[in-house]
Amino acid sequence: MRGVGASVAVGAIVALAACAPPSDDDSAVGEGGVSASSATSAEEFGGMDALIAAAKEEGELNVIALPDNWANYGEIKAAFTEKYGIKITTDQPDGASQDEINSVKTEKGRSTAPDVLDMGSAVTLANTDLYAAYKVATWDDIPDAQKESTGLWVNDYGGYMSIGYDSSKFNSVTALKDLLGSDFKNSVALNGDPTQAGAAFSGVVAASLGNGGSADDISKGVDFFKELKDSGNFVPVQSSPATIKSGETPVALDWDYNNAAAVSENKNWKTVVPEGAVVGSYYNQAINADAPHPAAARLWQEFLFSDEGQNLFLGGGARPVRMDAMTDAGTIDADLAAKLPEVPGEPVFLTTEQTEAATKYLTENWAKAIG
Amino acid sequence: MTSVPVTPEAGETAARSTRTGRRVPLSWLGVVPFLAYVGLFLILPTVLVVVQAFGTPEGQPTLANVKALGESYVLEAFWRSILLSLSTAAIGAVFGAVLAYLVVSGPADGIVRRTVTAAAGVLAQFGGVTLAFAFMVSVGNQGLITLMLQGTGLDVSGGWLYRLSGLIVVYLYFQIPLMVLVFLPALDGVKPQWREATESLGGGTWAYWRHVGVPLLTPPFLGAFLLLFANAFAAYATAAALIGQGGIIIPLQIRTAMTSETVLGQENVAKALALGMVVVVGVAMALYSWMQRRSARWLR
Repeated sequence: MRGVGASVAVGAIVALAACAPPSDDDSAVGEGGVSASSATSAEEFGGMDALIAAAKEEGELNVIALPDNWANYGEIKAAFTEKYGIKITTDQPDGASQDEINSVKTEKGRSTAPDVLDMGSAVTLANTDLYAAYKVATWDDIPDAQKESTGLWVNDYGGYMSIGYDSSKFNSVTALKDLLGSDFKNSVALNGDPTQAGAAFSGVVAASLGNGGSADDISKGVDFFKELKDSGNFVPVQSSPATIKSGETPVALDWDYNNAAAVSENKNWKTVVPEGAVVGSYYNQAINADAPHPAAARLWQEFLFSDEGQNLFLGGGARPVRMDAMTDAGTIDADLAAKLPEVPGEPVFLTTEQTEAATKYLTENWAKAIG
Repeated sequence: MTSVPVTPEAGETAARSTRTGRRVPLSWLGVVPFLAYVGLFLILPTVLVVVQAFGTPEGQPTLANVKALGESYVLEAFWRSILLSLSTAAIGAVFGAVLAYLVVSGPADGIVRRTVTAAAGVLAQFGGVTLAFAFMVSVGNQGLITLMLQGTGLDVSGGWLYRLSGLIVVYLYFQIPLMVLVFLPALDGVKPQWREATESLGGGTWAYWRHVGVPLLTPPFLGAFLLLFANAFAAYATAAALIGQGGIIIPLQIRTAMTSETVLGQENVAKALALGMVVVVGVAMALYSWMQRRSARWLR
């Protein structure tokens, strides 16, 4: 665990193993005459029943970087296994999006390679040649801006940057500026390093919006954290369920669904989306083009984007991508939807250019500000 | 680490068969697993790191990755890594050596020795997330001890645990036990007869240590120091669990370069950083072997 040398060596072995030629396409062929690994929809494969049968035949699904306490994935995986009898193996539960891509590359052609991916936007867009195009049955419900036109990737669930805090220690928090108060000494943490983790990155963007900055110019956000550090309020440890439970990070900037889930660690944990600093972001689903279990991978997508799967995301405090359509159709779980934190203001979603500019600024200035 | 004495008969047989040329000596076979191991786990990764440090992800040659080593934040991280490794190796080596000496002074199978070696064996491996978390919940900002001290009016918080100072303290927790483990055998090798010989020649404690003890123990001490240096230099998980912001040491920067979700395409910069680490350890090894030669002169 401690040796970088060891992990480099393991990487070398994985790289060696990856030199083995990829297996031939021996995936099931449905009634439509199309193999599971090239089917771009259930219909093309011969219908849902054919897809379910082929997936059951494969019997297994490899997922990666899906911790049980993230967006309700624990229940989602259990429900899928229960429904279809397909065993799910989770690799690197706490891995980052880039780890997923690294795994797709190094495990190419092996039965342990991930079948499906769940990634942040930057990583998703940078690796589109690795995904299989697939459109789920509920494809039309998803707004055009939230999917790749051929189905290489599609938004699955999202949320807003939020402040989670221990309400037994602090009075109510509504805005980011509140966190500069002297009550918050050694208290405020981010979920990761913004030059590394998407959640922490959006935390800085939110801080910028809440302090007179904009999505185009996040310097105000970095200044905010510098001020937070200078006042002794910033904790440079990465917030996690463990640090929330132990009280080491009594305030955590993270996605609202993560903060919502932290109630299980601390019953006093409250989640608020800060005033005038509403930053949203969606995660993306994609199928590994070389998925070892292509039918199960496609069935998993169908499940995630079904009413059942989308309501399960909602159960974890995440906002499913079909939320609007399901609200119109009356299929959304209204009780769960009512529990979502209020969104005070118009949400901001960063464009690719804004993300790139912000990343560049952070790379050059973040370490200086909090170092 | 014990050397097997070759019996005269065996040596003679081998020599004779070589001379007559009837049998090919197969003694080299024994070393094959070792060579395979070294090749697979040491040489191959090193070669991959060196090659990829000079290439783009697509395999085109480039110097851009290595140029990143000159960035001020990288140089600072290297400096902090070396400072951290040197200080924890020095403190760990001194305290570990003293502790080991105290253990050796006692009876060979006494309770103290058994307890200390067992504890050292466990603690030397007690690194990573568990260790970091143990420190967090005891002396972190909201840690048990911190809060108890605050209760008595002594404010010791202030985030020291999440800076270089914190890493030094936490690393010592596995450095000192490791020193005890690797230095005990060397101390065991010091025969009480040598001391008696010094005394019978009229030498006191000072003369014994000046002319026998220290020269004899210097090479293993330096070797252990180097091991501690490398151990701290490559340590990753403890620091990663403790410090979530900014790559203050090189292993954390490598992590960022390899797994970042926001700054993409830095994998080969990670290889260049690893190459930098290889160079630092290489220099340390060269220094060590030079000092080893000098200090070992006495033994010849």
